[in-house]
Amino acid sequence: MSSTIKLWDFNGGIHPAENKELSTSRPIQSAGVPAQLVLPLQQHIGAPTEPTVAVGDVVLKGQKIADVSHGMGVPVHAPTSGVIESIGDYPVPHPSGMADRCIVLKPDGKDEWCERYPIADYRSLERDEALAIIHSAGISGMGGAGFPTDIKLRPPRDRKVDTLILNGAECEPYITADDMTMRERANDVVAGLKVMAWILRPERCVIGIEDNKPEAAAALREATQGTQVELAVIPTKYPSGGEKQLIQILTGMEVPSGGIPADIGVMCQNVGTAVAVAKAIFEGSPLISRVVTVTGEAVINPGNFEVLLGTPLNYLLYQAGLQQDRVSRLILGGPMMGYTLTTTAVPVIKTTNCIIAAVASELPAPPPEQACIRCGQCAEVCPMELLPQQLFWHAKATEFEKAEHLNLFDCIECGACSYVCPSSIPLVQYYRYAKGEIRVQRAEQLKADRARERFEARQQRLEREQQEKELRRKERAKAAAEAQANKKAEAERADANGEAADERAAKSALVEQALARKRASTEANNAKVAAPTEPAQKKPDIDIKALEKQFAQAQSKLETMQAMLEDAKAQQADNVDKLERAVTKNHDRVKRAEEALADARKIQATPPESQSTE
Amino acid sequence: MAFVQQSSPHAHSARPTSKVMLWVILAALPGLLAQTLFFGWGNIINVVWCIAIALASEAAILKLRNKPVAFILKDNTAAVTGLLLGLSLPQFAPWWVSGVAVTSAIVIAKQLYGGLGSNPFNPAMVGYALVLISFPVAMTTNWAEPALLWDKAPSFAETLSVIASAKQTAIDGWTMATPLDEYKHKIATHTADEVLAHPTFGEGFAKGWEWVNAAFLVGGLVLIGLKIISWHIPVAFLVALVVMSLAFGSNEDLYAPLSLHLLAGGTMLGAFFIATDPVSAATSHQGKLIYGAGIGVLIYLIRIWGNYPDAVAFSVLLMNFAVPFIDHYTPPRTYGHHKARRGLPGGGRN
Repeated sequence: MSSTIKLWDFNGGIHPAENKELSTSRPIQSAGVPAQLVLPLQQHIGAPTEPTVAVGDVVLKGQKIADVSHGMGVPVHAPTSGVIESIGDYPVPHPSGMADRCIVLKPDGKDEWCERYPIADYRSLERDEALAIIHSAGISGMGGAGFPTDIKLRPPRDRKVDTLILNGAECEPYITADDMTMRERANDVVAGLKVMAWILRPERCVIGIEDNKPEAAAALREATQGTQVELAVIPTKYPSGGEKQLIQILTGMEVPSGGIPADIGVMCQNVGTAVAVAKAIFEGSPLISRVVTVTGEAVINPGNFEVLLGTPLNYLLYQAGLQQDRVSRLILGGPMMGYTLTTTAVPVIKTTNCIIAAVASELPAPPPEQACIRCGQCAEVCPMELLPQQLFWHAKATEFEKAEHLNLFDCIECGACSYVCPSSIPLVQYYRYAKGEIRVQRAEQLKADRARERFEARQQRLEREQQEKELRRKERAKAAAEAQANKKAEAERADANGEAADERAAKSALVEQALARKRASTEANNAKVAAPTEPAQKKPDIDIKALEKQFAQAQSKLETMQAMLEDAKAQQADNVDKLERAVTKNHDRVKRAEEALADARKIQATPPESQSTE
Repeated sequence: MAFVQQSSPHAHSARPTSKVMLWVILAALPGLLAQTLFFGWGNIINVVWCIAIALASEAAILKLRNKPVAFILKDNTAAVTGLLLGLSLPQFAPWWVSGVAVTSAIVIAKQLYGGLGSNPFNPAMVGYALVLISFPVAMTTNWAEPALLWDKAPSFAETLSVIASAKQTAIDGWTMATPLDEYKHKIATHTADEVLAHPTFGEGFAKGWEWVNAAFLVGGLVLIGLKIISWHIPVAFLVALVVMSLAFGSNEDLYAPLSLHLLAGGTMLGAFFIATDPVSAATSHQGKLIYGAGIGVLIYLIRIWGNYPDAVAFSVLLMNFAVPFIDHYTPPRTYGHHKARRGLPGGGRN
């Protein structure tokens, strides 16, 4: 069957020593129940869960002890029955060696299950019900990333999954957890795959497995007999198990940069995830344990263990016979992409697939870094077809823009470039550094942009307020002028027989008024020409306007000063005193301007009458 | 218990730069052997002398730069530079000519630019071009006569004494113009048959030279087989040379025939050992093809229409100039992208 499946190749790739036989000689063993289980609240990608139990609570095996309160995530369950001992910060598996919130469970030794609801015929369910079961079973991707499986199984509406790929490539050296799972639990693997296929209804369903696992391939071939599931045995080449590479091998398609496989109608799921789905549906069991490879030359009995989540690594390493005096490097994950641990006091979580206790000669420290000779070996092996040596050059020179231009962010950090580098340059480390720096720069840029927007918005608001104030002032002035005109008209009307305000009279009054104005202005002009020594008649008018302007200016200046003072006070700047002085000064200035204006108005209030009576 | 803290990957393949360079040196030995068989002791003496000068001048500069001398010398790159000059200089070139070539290669072309990995130009070829221009007499009159033509081959001691003397020219009976030189300067006034009657030419090939070139070809194929060099540059180089020769040089009475272009002069040494210097060559596959082809074309142009009979050094250096430009426009298409991202960030091109 496998021979009929068309396969493609991906660029580059390497063939590191596999060292898988170390851990495949024995079947999967149970690691047993340790004295204490430490369960991080976040074992998946997304938001951390919140505890649903309190310290001192007695919980049963499989009981939910933490659930999603917000954001994306999956719940956490008690791997065995016992008492909640504490909830607090403990070291978690992370490259930084950081601590995070965990629930600590003290097993009572009874291993008593909670009520479970197995489903014999999942086809009788609604698909949403099946997804809900997968969600509440706490399943997240077990290949390494830990993306919540139920969310992944619900691709965007406009993205139909045509091809469902089960990733059994397991291309990293040393790791055999998926290999042993496929050998021993092929039926569970296929059952879980079928459930996922039933949810997604793809046209094609294919298991990809490297040809260095003939036993697993044989087991799967038997398990898939008579089904539509295809089994593709692919050439062993690292990193064929990378999601993007496996998709390329099996479909010939490439996941668009920055996109997800669903964009091209493909979805990848891990072998372990399939088993977890099968258990959730057919047994009603949540994800409380997983298969972990414990290997390396520093353990006497390397092999695969069925480990309860939360089991401390030191307990697990003890089970495998760790030789304390020989171990030099402790790696969580594989030798290509895993990270070193500082302590064994971290628990196994949903994404822990392998722990390597290596002796010094096994994974020797690389020789000192030499100059890059641009030999291009790194580009030859890069599965993403990047130019690693150029990226390195730019990263080292902190020319991040150029590194980004050369698609730095498409790097999957598989480590093939560093593996082959003849100058033993830690290339991946440079890329991580560059990516980190760019992310920081982006965050800072965002912050700066926001600050600028805030500042501009404030400026606009101040301007608007100023304009509104100006408008109000003008309206007030207009109203005052109208009131004055009315008063004058009324006075004239009163002169012209008061109450008899018929239209004609009003009209003639208006005409009269206009004429009077005309006359007045001509007279004024004449007077100006004739007697320049007596400009007092017109002057008050001009003065008022100037004073009004002055007043408004002083007022706005005072407001600005006050705003500045407030800001300065808020920021506890050292120019507060100076600003306070300035505000008082401006205050006085405004007062003076107001008085001057009032005086001017008073003066103005008298001359028009004398003018009109003239 | 303190565990080793290291960034991934934790596994590394074991072929350091020093071993890569050692393989280059080993792969050049058949060529050196052929040179010795067909042209006497001159090349071996040159190689030893040049490597010694290369190591000494590199050590001196590293010392001045406060760099770890032994650690860097062990990368074998200075030795390779010395070796390449020893292989390409005339057999009887006086010691000071090769000394100047090597010193300027290491000091000026390599270390002054920042040392290994930072030199834009092929150091060996900078040294070669420098002495070729500065000492044209020493660089054209000291080519050994094919051993088959010698009445009495100069002994090791005699060869050494010629090289060690300060004179620019060697003894007449031992030297002869190279086949490319001969053809270039005679063909204007003679027919091809007349030119080829000269004893430096064998059965239509350059006597001795064809074996030397064949030996470098074998060594080069070994390097490709070991994946120490990729095939792109040598293949593009040779294909371009063949295409140029077929396109322009079909008339043997005007231009040197294809067989001479391929098997005389420094063609194979240039194609597999010199043009493939990764530091100064183009990066991507496409870039390497352009780079190699450029050298092939330039070699033909200079050999036929230029002033020099051979042109590996000038062609390589000219293409070194073009490398940043080539690299700029030939990045590979990254997985998941429709097109390669050419040009500068923020530039108009995609």
